[in-house]
Amino acid sequence: MTDDHSASFDQHDEFAHLPSDPALRAKTLESLLVDKGLLKQETLDAVIERFETEVGPHNGARVVARAWTDPDYHRRLLDNATQAVDEMGLLGQQATDIVAVENSESVHNIVVCTLCSCYPWSLLGLPPAWYKSYPYRARVVREPRAVLSEFGVELNDSTEVRVWDSTAEVRYLVIPQRPAGTDALTEDKLAELVTRDSMIGAAKL
Amino acid sequence: MDGIHDMGGTHGFGPVPYTENDPPYHDDWEPRVFGMVIAATLPERMNLDYSRHSLERIPPDVYLSSSYFERWMYGAIMRQVEAGQLTMEELATGRSNQAPAPSNEAVPPEAIDPYRFAPFRQEIEAQPNFNVGDTVLTGNPQTSGHTRLPRYARNKHGVIHLHHGAHVLPDTNAHGGGDCPTHLYTVKFSAQELWGPDASPVDHMFVDVWECHLESTR
Repeated sequence: MTDDHSASFDQHDEFAHLPSDPALRAKTLESLLVDKGLLKQETLDAVIERFETEVGPHNGARVVARAWTDPDYHRRLLDNATQAVDEMGLLGQQATDIVAVENSESVHNIVVCTLCSCYPWSLLGLPPAWYKSYPYRARVVREPRAVLSEFGVELNDSTEVRVWDSTAEVRYLVIPQRPAGTDALTEDKLAELVTRDSMIGAAKL
Repeated sequence: MDGIHDMGGTHGFGPVPYTENDPPYHDDWEPRVFGMVIAATLPERMNLDYSRHSLERIPPDVYLSSSYFERWMYGAIMRQVEAGQLTMEELATGRSNQAPAPSNEAVPPEAIDPYRFAPFRQEIEAQPNFNVGDTVLTGNPQTSGHTRLPRYARNKHGVIHLHHGAHVLPDTNAHGGGDCPTHLYTVKFSAQELWGPDASPVDHMFVDVWECHLESTR
């Protein structure tokens, strides 16, 4: 370590003088950044807009639906998901190195970030509150079956649970099992069935 | 650092507040904070590892009583203050101590680059020390600085499951110590190795670990 900064915020009272209401605190920070020439309002608006429209679980759903319908793509996705996702133009912020893991009758995968809340933004959008919650971060590595059961996912004792803790810049995408009775559906229709939570491993389809 | 953020395996938190189709934001100010962190001029030393470490340095009682986007806001404040771009006094009063600055130099919308912290993966000459299938023992880093090896996976036996090439090393990069690209692996641990004999005999946990935190047990 070459540091430096760890002393700057050792005192608990550093934050005590800030406006206590988070909405007011956010407003104060925003207007100071703008006043100081560190932030353009239109850039802020563009970022929010982009994450509300372009970025979201519909992207991951397209990858899953293609893997379900195209055996070559399925193989490429399992061999090298970074390249396979790049083929579809879907690499991006918080998703530059991807590993795809596939659920089956014998294996159930579920993804977490115990240390913060790393998540494949460009494939799934921003994470839901439960994914970022302390109980999820604390418990899913120690007792994944209990957590899955609370989510309504019941597994046989013989089904292997695999928990992926995102501790580096590798992001994990769960390929859920394709629901029965969907053989006649097109790739686009299949993509509509794929939920965000199923691509985290928190739900089955 | 052995901080409050390192939550894997902690008891006592109760049920997960799971709701299907939970939206990414729950209050109007949350997208503003998210956007600010992405859109504002980055402090000179900003990188993802420094950013994560700033969140880890939030005092534990404040960390636990704050929501995700409140923590983002505290982290952003810490980084701007440490960069000398903002003072706590200005935040307390809401008034800038400087004359208004032109925003010409702030990041324009078209310059928001989704890869701006990348590349995390870099080519290095050193060959990897481990092959897929090798058995390893994880380290037990004792540092007040940043590391991404969670407590529950320290000093544990595992198997190299994937090799990802060399990635920027958070332990140095968070502290201005250089990006030191180092071979990165996904290590597979049995649930019983991590959580004892009462854990499921068939389950596994996978953690991404840099080579400097791994020893061979061949």
